Amino acid sequence: MTAEQATKRAARPALVRVKGLHKRYVQRRAFSRSRFVVDALRNVDLELQPECLTALVGASGSGKSTLASCLAMLEKPDGGEIWFEGREISRCDARELIWLRPRIQMVFQDSAGALNPFFSAAQIVAEPLEVQRRESGRTLHQRACELMEEVGLSADWADRSPLEFSGGQRQRLAIARALALQPTLLILDESLSGLDLVTQAQILNLLADIRVTHSLTYLLITHDLSLVGQMADYIAVMHQGSIVEHGTRQRVFGSPQQAHTRKLLAATQDLESAFRAAQAEART
Amino acid sequence: MKYLRRRLAHGIMLLIGASVLCFLFTDLAPGSFFDEIKLNPQISPETVAALRAHYGLDQPTPVRYVRWVESVFRGEWGYSFAYNSPVRSLLMVRARNTLLLTGVATLLVWMIAVPLGIWIADHPGGWSDRLGMGSTAVLLSVPELVLALGFLCLAVRTHALPVGGMVSVGFDQFGQWSKLRDLLTHLIIPVLTLILAGLPVLLRHVRSSMAEVMKAPFIDAARAHGVSNARLLFRYALPAAANPLISLFGFSVGGLLSGSLLVEVVTGWPGLGPLLLEATMSRDLYVVVGVAMSSTVFMILGNLLADAMLVAVDPRVRMQ
Repeated sequence: MTAEQATKRAARPALVRVKGLHKRYVQRRAFSRSRFVVDALRNVDLELQPECLTALVGASGSGKSTLASCLAMLEKPDGGEIWFEGREISRCDARELIWLRPRIQMVFQDSAGALNPFFSAAQIVAEPLEVQRRESGRTLHQRACELMEEVGLSADWADRSPLEFSGGQRQRLAIARALALQPTLLILDESLSGLDLVTQAQILNLLADIRVTHSLTYLLITHDLSLVGQMADYIAVMHQGSIVEHGTRQRVFGSPQQAHTRKLLAATQDLESAFRAAQAEART
Repeated sequence: MKYLRRRLAHGIMLLIGASVLCFLFTDLAPGSFFDEIKLNPQISPETVAALRAHYGLDQPTPVRYVRWVESVFRGEWGYSFAYNSPVRSLLMVRARNTLLLTGVATLLVWMIAVPLGIWIADHPGGWSDRLGMGSTAVLLSVPELVLALGFLCLAVRTHALPVGGMVSVGFDQFGQWSKLRDLLTHLIIPVLTLILAGLPVLLRHVRSSMAEVMKAPFIDAARAHGVSNARLLFRYALPAAANPLISLFGFSVGGLLSGSLLVEVVTGWPGLGPLLLEATMSRDLYVVVGVAMSSTVFMILGNLLADAMLVAVDPRVRMQ
């Protein structure tokens, strides 16, 4: 995205605005009455600009997935507000969620676990359309095949079990399913983890293509900064349940303000140089 | 099909092995049916020897085993010394009674445990979960013998239910409905005992299988698409949680002949339990072997049924 495009989009109201979000897990210790508290989210503020890719980065356990679950309404936050398309959604009841669900979709990390092994590929993609009563009968199957082809999967594989697909193909299937309801926000929770580099690049290309065709806003959750270096418009860095840094990619990469961000960047550079050294060693 | 054929071959091998061991161990047990007769001064040792020769007990164990296998193929399953009749006819009547008892109890246990387990799994940490886990922990610690004796005591004191047996005196003179009612009232105590003994294990399995599947990412994904909770539980989670439950169902079917022996003895139900106890006490060798082998056949059939159901239901098993 050019600087001019970024400025234009930034001028539009944010698609998602998170204010002071808080989520706490209370767990009981085994064989004891005592409890311990984990503050997964602490006073989180975040804005997602429409049609932009915001990368949410941070170490494991920093609260990224909890934030994603709250945004996808899979978990209720304990405090704070989530504004989506100008509407406060954090306290939506079941009836209001019917309107909201199709607008926000999520692609999970574990592609094998995220697809129902008892359904065929077409059933998996058609499932949201059927649940939301968008299509039925023959058109449902036809639409599922169209979506599969859109993400680069042959419609001939419609009757296959998800267990017969490779990791990358399964992730494409998950993306096709997420696209079925024509969402405005797509949350990708570590969706590229566990895939080889070539497959990661292919999925990133696919995401870039469908972002244009479907006018999508992405929240890409990852702990791999090098992955988002090329693609993200905005970067938010999470540490111990809080967003410690948020800005454009150029700003965060160019002049990181926080020590934790600098640490993450250094670790990424170390990993990249180690990876290059390993590659060179493999060649010799 | 290849998998099922392999399982069937495995089952047949197991049956042959079990029959050899069963015959061997029963034969190795000290004493014989004719030891008591030997003590009777009116019966001469020659008569006892002739009787032993008549029933083939003077032959070595391998010869007797082969003869027993031949009698199985003839449909006799050996010969009862005490009842002076082929074992099969004895077993058929008793096995029918046992199957009536365990069939009803197993059906009821599954009908209660599956919906209750699903409901508890859907409310983890809630009052239903705590109550369910607490009460099953209590039931697990109470032996079924104590449960049966407790119910019998209650029935004797209150006269609300018949105590012992399968039918009342004069059953043959009753009308159709009275016969059914009489049979059902006699079933209550042993069935209730078997339900309370079997429910805790099954309920905990259903709960833990469902609770684990409810954490799976595909359940989260379905929830994110707006799938209703009822559909999520029964269309998505239950088939995925069914794998261990189907194996358990195989065990339930396998235990239809052997799962109620103690309860039958205590409540006086004329099934295989009292027959086995009686045959063991009197060293009626072929009856003991017959009961043990029929239980083994049911166990193998139950496991085969579970394997077939797993192949039919779970695509992950088919993929393997």
